[in-house]
Amino acid sequence: MSLTDESRAPVELPDPEPFSLISASGKAVPAKARRGYNLPDLDILQKLYRRMVVARRWDTQVTALTRQGRLSTYPSARGQEASEIGTVTAMRETDWLFPTYRDSIAVWTRGVPTAELLSGFRGDWHCGWDPKMHRTAPQTTPLATQALHAVGFGTAAKLSKDPIAVATFIGDGATSEGDTHEAFNFAGVWQSPTVFVIQNNQFAISVPIAKQTRARLLADRAVGYGIPGYFVDGNDAAAVYTIVSEALDRARTGGGPTIIECLTYRIEPHTNSDDPSRYRGSADVEAWKAKDPIERLERYLDSKGAIDEALKESIAIESEEAATAMREAMNAEPALDPMELFEHVYSSRRPALLEQRDALAAELADSPNAEEASE
Amino acid sequence: MAKTTSQDSQATKSTTQAVKPVTMAAALNSAMRDALTEDPTVVIFGEDVGPLGGVFRITDGLTRDFGEERVWDSPLAESGIIGTAIGMAMYGLRPIVEMQFDAFSYPAFEQIVSHVAKMRNRTRGRVSLPIVIRIPTSGGIGGVEHHSDSSEAYWTHTPGLTVVTPSNPTDAYSMLREAIASDDPVIFLEPKSHYWMKEGVADQSRPALPMNKAAVVREGTDVTLLSYGPTVAVALKTAKLAEEEDLSVEVIDLRSLSPFDDETVGASVRKTSRAAVIHEAAQFGGYGAEVAARVTEREFYHLAAPILRITGADIPFPAPLLEKYYLPTPERILNALSTWEWEV
Ligand SMILES: Cc1ncc(C[n+]2csc(CCOP(=O)(O)OP(=O)(O)O)c2C)c(N)n1
Repeated sequence: MSLTDESRAPVELPDPEPFSLISASGKAVPAKARRGYNLPDLDILQKLYRRMVVARRWDTQVTALTRQGRLSTYPSARGQEASEIGTVTAMRETDWLFPTYRDSIAVWTRGVPTAELLSGFRGDWHCGWDPKMHRTAPQTTPLATQALHAVGFGTAAKLSKDPIAVATFIGDGATSEGDTHEAFNFAGVWQSPTVFVIQNNQFAISVPIAKQTRARLLADRAVGYGIPGYFVDGNDAAAVYTIVSEALDRARTGGGPTIIECLTYRIEPHTNSDDPSRYRGSADVEAWKAKDPIERLERYLDSKGAIDEALKESIAIESEEAATAMREAMNAEPALDPMELFEHVYSSRRPALLEQRDALAAELADSPNAEEASE
Repeated sequence: MAKTTSQDSQATKSTTQAVKPVTMAAALNSAMRDALTEDPTVVIFGEDVGPLGGVFRITDGLTRDFGEERVWDSPLAESGIIGTAIGMAMYGLRPIVEMQFDAFSYPAFEQIVSHVAKMRNRTRGRVSLPIVIRIPTSGGIGGVEHHSDSSEAYWTHTPGLTVVTPSNPTDAYSMLREAIASDDPVIFLEPKSHYWMKEGVADQSRPALPMNKAAVVREGTDVTLLSYGPTVAVALKTAKLAEEEDLSVEVIDLRSLSPFDDETVGASVRKTSRAAVIHEAAQFGGYGAEVAARVTEREFYHLAAPILRITGADIPFPAPLLEKYYLPTPERILNALSTWEWEV
């Protein structure tokens, strides 16, 4: 097996119309506009629907608890459920995800328990889960850096003849970072089995996409790297699921990387400490709410008679259970052990660090009130 | 090219200006506002510094009042921001750029260390880079991962960079004005935990203390605490507590980390014969090591005890709920001082 693909075969520019299978009004897109793709089976659509509803409930609950001060910050993915859930639903358990701070609902849907997942935003430890157990890397804040980790991971799997794929999320703002370029380029040259899902939610905090790129589409960049590129309606879970599934399959079978731009919108502020009134009008937000990913899928399923009261009821129960569990997890006091701060810095214990640990222990033993005093 | 110096700008200020409390954020904003007004070559760009006014609102209202040609949002790329600022400075502008948080300056490390710091020397003094790189620094605000770093040692270890950090609104104004007017690139570290600190800004008609000078912010006779940025307040608190133990503590706000004010620090240490340096950054290879070595070399025969470093631990900055165990506290400083032999 050679690491690089020396064919340097040209790829095509993506279609500038976002690929969609279910329209904003909840109707199936006419066959001739589906570019040869079929809608996913109803059971998959039901699964996407269920997961999006439950994830939104969970996300709403986290936002509420953050307002109450239980978490130090939380970047909500409200409005982006189709991109987030469509992507992880297309993944196999053996595939790996390299997420950002934005993608908590995707990580949660992959099965990471709430308390472990939110420990970073609550503030008890940076990454609370075992990445290896959940095949999900830590959520990354330094923008675009995780895209390179994904490419390296995928390349290592390829070298090891391990037929997995790797998916990574990138924000529209983060595509301006140099690391995004390097990740795309390495992935192309090494034909890494990596799927880049760019969530173009149209803002990087306050900065609109037009100030990030002069290009027509972010997905247009794919051509320059010799990588297939797709422009997808990121509020259409069926479309995201379909294109990401195909890309992951291609990656697992030696076809290399794919760049997928999902056009979506961040409904909530950047984080709880953001003030969006400074940079966007509520009319825009309302217009995007009308393209809600959950409502459109619900309408479609309804029109197919694939959503009955029993299903709705069971989803409602699951949502409330998720919300309750998350409330309980966040209302419980986190276990904080200051001694642990010194445990994981190196693989072996260093005397100099143990000295610092012991000094802190002595300090805390001496002055049990020190904590209050320092606050 | 139009140039302003802090002296010029002081002179243009009304001498009857009322002393009203302002935040450090407002003082920094005024400094940029006044520089933009007085010098048409000053421009400001970076991430979210335009209509949003920056995530800390330090550039609030500047795009509105000076237009997008003077103050604008750049694409989201720190290396790009610093790299293009270099080109602009070569052309003759005076860019002020913002790194959104300390740890997010790292993508620009190469541009800063390889070019910003070296251009003047490489070109035998023919090309100077009057760039101000503003960086909100340090912890204390319960920030999540990567939002609380103190990276001063990377910059002070780089010849060619001037590194300063104000600890109060008065200094924030005068030091930023001087940094903007400087022909050398300046790393301007803003202690983000102090942005909302309010203070009556000292009479701006008086010449400000130059940015390269340390300030004795509290006089004492037994110990000198060397602090800067966010640890000045901690040192002052310590001094107060020490009073109860009959210990007279002198507190120095270094203000300028590079260059280092040997004169002011030396005079203090010769008086007290004991010194400790306090910073939030990790200890090993940190700025305190330079301070201790330098003061020891120069003042060894005046010292009654080794210079101590009370700093963050040698670990990555902790998650928000654990940061109180990491940050230096007055109690920790007093503990450290009590480890010295006091009966000489
Ligand atoms: C290297 C780096 N620079 C700056 C930041 C600060 N920052 C955090 S999120 C953000 C905006 C990112 O926007 P985008 O990539 O579009 O993702 P979104 O938040 O919209 O999901 C910025 C500037 C950072 N985290 N990392």
